[in-house]
Order: sequence, then C-alpha cells, then structure tokens
Amino acid sequence: MKEKDGTKGEITELTCIRCPIGCMLSVTLYADGAVSVEGNTCSRGEEYGKKELTNPTRIVTTVVKVRNGDRPVAPVKTKGDIPKGKIGDCMKLLKKAEAEAPVRLGDVILADIAGTGVDVVATRSIKRRN
Amino acid sequence: MRGNMFEKADIAIVGGGPAGLAAAAAACMEGIEAEKILIIERGGELGGILNQCIHNGFGLHTFKEELTGPEYAARYIEQVEEMGIPCLLNTIVTDIRADADGKKRMTVMNRTDGLFEIEAGAVILAMGCRERPRGALNIPGYRPAGIYSAGTAQHYVNIEGRMPGKEAVILGSGDIGLIMARRMTLEGAKVKLVAELMPYSGGLKRNIVQCLDDYGIPLKLSHTVVDIDGKERVKGVTIAKVDEKRRPIPGTEEYIGCDTLLLSCGLIPENELSAGMGVNLNPATSGPVVNESMETNISGVFACGNVLHVHDLVDYVSEEAANAGRHAASYIQQEAEEKRKKTQEGRLGIDGSCTVKRGMGCQEITIKAENGIRYTVPSVIRLAHMREEELIRFRTGDIYKDVSLAVRFNDTVVMRFHKKIMAPGEMEQIRLKKPKLEAFEGLREITLFIEGQ
Repeated sequence: MKEKDGTKGEITELTCIRCPIGCMLSVTLYADGAVSVEGNTCSRGEEYGKKELTNPTRIVTTVVKVRNGDRPVAPVKTKGDIPKGKIGDCMKLLKKAEAEAPVRLGDVILADIAGTGVDVVATRSIKRRN
Repeated sequence: MRGNMFEKADIAIVGGGPAGLAAAAAACMEGIEAEKILIIERGGELGGILNQCIHNGFGLHTFKEELTGPEYAARYIEQVEEMGIPCLLNTIVTDIRADADGKKRMTVMNRTDGLFEIEAGAVILAMGCRERPRGALNIPGYRPAGIYSAGTAQHYVNIEGRMPGKEAVILGSGDIGLIMARRMTLEGAKVKLVAELMPYSGGLKRNIVQCLDDYGIPLKLSHTVVDIDGKERVKGVTIAKVDEKRRPIPGTEEYIGCDTLLLSCGLIPENELSAGMGVNLNPATSGPVVNESMETNISGVFACGNVLHVHDLVDYVSEEAANAGRHAASYIQQEAEEKRKKTQEGRLGIDGSCTVKRGMGCQEITIKAENGIRYTVPSVIRLAHMREEELIRFRTGDIYKDVSLAVRFNDTVVMRFHKKIMAPGEMEQIRLKKPKLEAFEGLREITLFIEGQ
C-alpha cells in the first residue's frame, strides 16, 4: 500500500509491453480512481500502465486467406489496440475472412472488427497469381 | 552468358534480410553508386526472416512507430529498390576468397546462371543465423513427425497458412517460441506449456507477458524434455525438473500428451562462409570478431546483424548494419584514393612506400568482457577510425540484480552504472565517447565487468 494525499493506493507490478525494452512498472491505483505509474522510461509506458489496470488492450496480428494470390495467406493486423476481451471474436471473424489478390500493404481487409471501431489491414502486399 | 557469368561490384552483400538491406542503403547514401553495390540473397524475396514475423513490435527505435515484421522489411526494400541497388535472388554464395590483391572473389550459384564468380572490393557478411536443431539438443526418444523448430512452425502458420498440430509443448523460451505459443493459441491449438532448461527465460520479458501470461500458458523454468513418445507421430513428451547442473531430477517426470513439440532453444550465427575465408570468430557469439567499423580481421570484410551476434531487436540490427555499410563505403573510397595517389606519385617519380596503410599504425584499444559479461561487439576500437561516440553492445552470462556495470580503462574504473536487473536474454549497451578515450593516456584496454553481485 502506498499513500498519497492521505488516500491509500494499491500497487501492481507490471512489465511494460509497449516496446521490447520491457520496463518494470509499478502502477498505483488510488481509492479515488487515480492511477500513477513509476519505472517507465517513456510516455508510452505511463499510458500502458494506466490502461492495463483500467482497460487492457492489445494489437492482434494473424493471417487471412487470399484468393488468386501468389501466396496462400496475407498477414494482417488490427490498425489500433482492441480490448483484450475482444481478441477471441476478432480471431473468429478473421478465420472466415478472405481477401482477393492483389492485396496491397495497408488495404482494409475487415472494417470495424467485432464492433471495436478498429479496422484490420494487410501488412504486406500479395501479388495476383499468373 | 549462362554458366559463365561474371559480376563485379564495389560492395557485395551476402544476405538480403534486415542487415543486408540496411547495409546496402547506408553504403549508397555514403556515396557508392547503387549499381556498384550488389545484394546476394538465397531466398526468393528480400526481407529475410521478417517476412514470417507477422507480430508487431518492430521499428519503435527506427521509425518511432510499432510495425509488424513484413511492414518493417517493406520500408527497407522500398528504399533499396528506389536507390536502384541490384539484387540477385535465389542465389547462394558457396565460397568467398580474400585474395592477395585485396579483391574478394565469391563463388556463387543459381538456377538461371549456374555457377559463376563475383569479384568485389569489399564484402559485407549479413547471412543471419539459424535455429539450434533437435540433433544438437540430444533429446532421447523416437524420431516421429511433429517435432519442429519454432521458426519452421512459424513459416508453416504465417507464410503457408497451415497448422503444424493441435496440441503443442514448447521446449525453450526463446522469443520465437514465445511468439509461437501465442500464435498457435490464437489459431485454435492448445499450447500446454513452455519448458525452459535454465532457471530464467531466454526471451524478452514483454513476450512472457503478452504471449504466455495473457493466454494462461504455464512457463516451467528449470525443466526439460527427457523423452518423446510416439513412433509415427508425436503422442506426448515427458518433462522433468533439472538440478543446478541441468541434470534431470529422478522422480519429477511428468507425461504431457501432445501431437507437436516446438523447439526454441537458441540461434546460431551462420558463419561457414566467414570461417571458410579465414575470418576470426568469437567463441562466445559464434560470430566474427570485429572492430568499431564492424570490420573483421580481413581488411574490407565487414559483418553485421545476426551473423555477427544474435540480436533481440531488429532496430539495433539496422543501426549496426548501417554502420557496417558506411564503413564499407569509406573503405572503397579510400582504396580508390590510395590507388589514384599511387599512380600520380608513380608518374612524378615519388616513392610512395611511406604512405600509411589504412588502419595501420593507429592506436588499437582492446575491449574485454569479464566477470559476468559474456562478450562485447565490437571487441577492438581503433581511435583514428572512431566516431565521436561508439556503441558497445554486450550480454551477461547470468541474471544479475542490483549490481553495477563497471567500465575500466587499463586499471582505472572510469564508469559505473547501477543496474536493477541484467539478463542474458536482453542485450545491453553502453556509449563510449571519443574525447574521453583520447584524454586517457596510454589507453590499451577497456574492460566491462559486473561489480557487487
């Protein structure tokens, strides 16, 4: 427990996953809902620490089938973070999804996936099969 | 000229992955004409292993944004293509020779041109590394189908869109193994556990969090696979706890049913070509010994990326490779300059014998790794060739908590950094400033070591 302005806070130790440095964060959640982050070396760490305690999110990457492509699948990602709880729904939708070649890097494969407001985009170009 | 092709290049780069691409681009930016650079790539496309690393987390240092592997590769491929740097794809280098005339002659082969030779002024080794295979792990048991290296499984899932199995055990907690634990889970497989022989993980902390913890996959430290069950196909594996000498402890065996065993037990720099041409290798990294210019003991032969030492971050590979590319460019430029001078002096009848040969006669400082530090890259700094600031990258041999990383100039400790935690799985770095080295009289040796454990 940690005290700040007389309010007690609960400390959670986290490893920041926003970049491969992996800073050790010590995140304090105060009774009034305020969150403070220590141990981060950049602003992304602070953002991660706060979000991880209140609304954890992740970027999802996978592949989707490609019709008439020179390779069978195209890698894709959610263009932004989606709530952790939506990863399963997101994967189910992407397993059924198919893209038609040619696919270009950045093409939207599925818009607003699982009601998250986030688009799924291709992360490489796939040529059409000759 | 089928079967009789002959190519010439100022700089030949072996490998078109992240290291080779960044080295090529940097050499071109340094003033070498694009057509005089040549990338030789064994695979059918540029980008190397990044193409199958579809997860995010690449490029935060280089581009200040979070990219996936293919996106990161695409940025460099585009740059190299825009510059017009030629690439030979599906082409394998089988031998490199450093001849007495200073030229490097490579024996090269592909399906369209057959066997031919490439003559280069400078060579950049950027072949990357490969996974430690089952044969090198000495796991007893049958040899059924269903045992893959983590990278092979990654290729199946991410490039070919096939699943290697339904229930998996992963041996080794290297980053590729951790990434594959999550990948297989997302694709509907059950990853039962990750077993790690060492008492600590070989992968990045963030990957333990986002690949194992997020999906409730147990990580069993100090555990290994002692038996593989199944004749045609893997039916299960037996894992056991190991003691501090990494020997299985009788009575701790546990049978885990599975149809797939993935191996993520370390990466080995691919240095057959380097060794073949006489490049000195460092036994700690299995990569070449290099100076501040990423130059090996053979003048004009440079190394960068995972062939030099295995990296955690591609961003650092690109940075190191760009450094190698720049130095290869200045090597070529200086050679040309010396040649021009010699011809001129010859014409004027001046004896050119007193010209200081590149790199000769300048102060060499050895960088040593001691007491907990496994190795450093580079391992030599030539003061005359040093930039204002040089990065020294290194790894520790064990986990250290609350220690000091100390730097000694000859016998005097000149720097100490407090470290909360240092682990073999995380590459570390320090910066050395040129004025500080110059100010220290008679500097011969810089030693990195751990204090206070």
